[in-house]
Amino acid sequence: MSDSARRSRWFWLALALLAAAALLLPFLVKNYRVFQFNLVLVYAVAILGLNILTGYNGQISLGHGAFYAIGAYTAAILMERAGLPYWATWPLAGVVCFIFGFLMGFPALRLGGHYLAVATLALALAVPQLLKHKAIEAYTGGVQGIVLTKPEPPFTFRFLGQPFNADRWLYFVTLTVAVVMFALAWNLLRGRVGRALIAIRDHPIAAAAMGINLPVFKSTAFGVSAAFTGVAGALGASVIAFVSPDSFTVTLSIFLLVGMVVGGLATIPGALFGALFIQFVPNIADELSKSAPAAIYGVLLIALMYLMPTGVMGFVRTLWLRHGPGAARRPSAGVATTGVPAPPALTKET
Amino acid sequence: MPSLLEVNGLTAAYGATEVLHDVSFTLEAGRITAVLGANGAGKTTTLRALCQMVRTGGSALFEGRQLVGRATEEVVRLGIAHVPDGRGTFTALSVAENLRLGAHVRRDKDRVADDVEKMYSRFPRLGERRHQQAGTLSGGEQQMLAISRALMLRPKLLLLDEPSFGLAPKIVAEIFRILRGINIDDGVSMLLVEQNAKLALELADRAYLLETGRVAVSGTSAELMADESIRRSYLGV
Amino acid sequence: MNAMEALLHQIFSGLANGCIYGSIALALVMIYQATHHLNFAQGEMATFSTFIAWALIQRGMPYWGAFALTFAISFAGGLLVQRLVLRPFERAPVLTNVNVFIGLLLIFNALSGWIFDHTVKAFPSPFPQESAMKTAFFSAHELGSFLVMLGVLLTLYGFFRFTPIGLAMRAAAQNPDSARLVGIRVSWMLAMGWGLAAGIGAVAGMMVAPVVFLDPNMMAGILLYGFAAALLGGVDNPWGAVAGGLIVGVLENLLGAYVIGTELKLTVALVLIVGTLTLMPSGLFGKHVVTRV
Repeated sequence: MSDSARRSRWFWLALALLAAAALLLPFLVKNYRVFQFNLVLVYAVAILGLNILTGYNGQISLGHGAFYAIGAYTAAILMERAGLPYWATWPLAGVVCFIFGFLMGFPALRLGGHYLAVATLALALAVPQLLKHKAIEAYTGGVQGIVLTKPEPPFTFRFLGQPFNADRWLYFVTLTVAVVMFALAWNLLRGRVGRALIAIRDHPIAAAAMGINLPVFKSTAFGVSAAFTGVAGALGASVIAFVSPDSFTVTLSIFLLVGMVVGGLATIPGALFGALFIQFVPNIADELSKSAPAAIYGVLLIALMYLMPTGVMGFVRTLWLRHGPGAARRPSAGVATTGVPAPPALTKET
Repeated sequence: MPSLLEVNGLTAAYGATEVLHDVSFTLEAGRITAVLGANGAGKTTTLRALCQMVRTGGSALFEGRQLVGRATEEVVRLGIAHVPDGRGTFTALSVAENLRLGAHVRRDKDRVADDVEKMYSRFPRLGERRHQQAGTLSGGEQQMLAISRALMLRPKLLLLDEPSFGLAPKIVAEIFRILRGINIDDGVSMLLVEQNAKLALELADRAYLLETGRVAVSGTSAELMADESIRRSYLGV
Repeated sequence: MNAMEALLHQIFSGLANGCIYGSIALALVMIYQATHHLNFAQGEMATFSTFIAWALIQRGMPYWGAFALTFAISFAGGLLVQRLVLRPFERAPVLTNVNVFIGLLLIFNALSGWIFDHTVKAFPSPFPQESAMKTAFFSAHELGSFLVMLGVLLTLYGFFRFTPIGLAMRAAAQNPDSARLVGIRVSWMLAMGWGLAAGIGAVAGMMVAPVVFLDPNMMAGILLYGFAAALLGGVDNPWGAVAGGLIVGVLENLLGAYVIGTELKLTVALVLIVGTLTLMPSGLFGKHVVTRV
């Protein structure tokens, strides 16, 4: 069998095992863990959205929590006030967030780097404050927020001793949506669009000179990115069954950024690792220290960055280049030759 | 008598790309030595390697002390001043501040002010612009400033990277004349990297010709100028 | 007091606050100039320093002695943080460094809460309420802290402009390669820059604590204003940072009192700043960088 065919066979085998594990998971663990994994999937989609804008397109956003919040509230309002079923809220949340993101793209065109970071931070701060405002309290429920009902599964059964309840049903729902969103992102980013985004990130002047319409691309990237995170927010609303302004503070935006970097900039699978980090490491920190868990979290974060400065996927890529098949044929380590280019424009300016 | 600088099997790399493979040459005290070669031969890299600004291997002994493995700041403290390509002036600082920085490592602070005045008399144009921002100076003036700053160290060895680059011939002639004067009057040894081979050979006593990271030819300037085949193929003269 | 006096009071009080924001902004700009990174942990480090000062005063040390000692400890602390934690990341990508700053932020915040607990504490002001310095427009503390911050800023200016080390630090920040070529130990210059920034933060913390009371989250909002001020002034311009701070301070007070009320004033202030930046992308006083293709 040829080299590539053999590789391909391993790839499909690995994928099949992964799929099987994913399908069995909710029945192997207790309810609360299933709930946590649901959140992991939701955050993974949110981080994927952020990565499209910051990782692939180089526009730093410290405010994606705002789009998450807008998506969540859109879903909540549509469910509670308009009586829509939960699955109908996702595309609508996506559209609403696309519009907000696209609009945000315009001032973003003028701002770069740190300026954009602070501008998006302002957005992250503004949204929870605005959500509390008296003028729209009738829709948003003000400070109290909106309590939702978790969608019940259409049928029930027991498997491996565990009941197929709301959380497990939601697991498969979020898994499906996540798979669809990841596939959409992969399709979008591997072709001309992805290359254009990266070109804009690394060499904006050259990209413009080659005919890429920078304002349209950059604003659209903002919109698409916001849409992804908005859909995640809508999903999250159902998973948690509650939205309130204080659930969507700056902390969420910061954690999405942290997750993106931990997973690996400009990578798609990285979003999953990032989501696992931001969901579970705080729990680990809690176990290790009751008095100052945040300090442990900080230490773990710094340690991870030291070991894997380009994130989990960056680390995996380095290992693959150095020890994977074909390593002997490639030039010596330190030269990244294949795959999606690492983001040099976000490296330290020299 | 041992040479001022003995380089043996020097290698240098940018990341994973090795640029110098095996450079060996010596430099005598009090002399001006030129390093010539085409673009990409490794001339600038040789100077950078001596200052440990790139990943270096092999051996480079300056007055018997090993340079390879030292930090750049320590190489400077041994008495080597480098005028980098692109001048490397602190463009946001004034001319006077640039000169003061050149004497940063010197212990004899009281003589620094005298040396600054000496630079102004040697390069009157700098004296006229002493409080002006270095970035607003012309190319020739910046080159003079870069050289003066290096000389403020009172170095034993002066490394010059393409001092003629981008300058009008008249300015270049003036600068080279002053360099010759510094070499004769103050006894400063010089290692000169130049693409303009003719100019370099007129100034230098000895020359080394680099080709893809190795020394291909060496000899006195007179010998290199006299050799017909070398002149035609390497020096384009 | 009448409307005019009320307005003047808001402005003067805003200037006093603005001095604090400007100092934080200055600390941010100093580190930015040297490293091209914005230190997100600046606020938490300042809070931690203020807690140290509080502890020293609790143990009976006179105010100005505690002030000086806290400055020295903060300087040393900032220096150590740079050498031990940040140096390994000098060549790492920007966002990786951002994550490290976030980690530091969390660590310092948690340490403040753990070592000194979360109860809100009173912090003494060296400028007592009833003193000769008090006037109708600003309290003794506002005037006093304004003068202290001004003193700090002028000392810093003098340090950078007239001392050899200050010159070396400026050179190292502007052009590290050339700085090495004149023998400057650039990494130590960076560490000292961090030390100075931490010291400035400590002073700002000690000046603001008497007003807003001391607790682990004291500086969170102030740090945001500091960022806004630094960017408004042009992130590569130390004077711009100070000016930006003063503008933000006055703006915050005027917005809160006359336009929008205290809840939304942070939001509106930031939105205004973002709007300004959209019109003037390099900040009010920043150098407009022309990139050659």
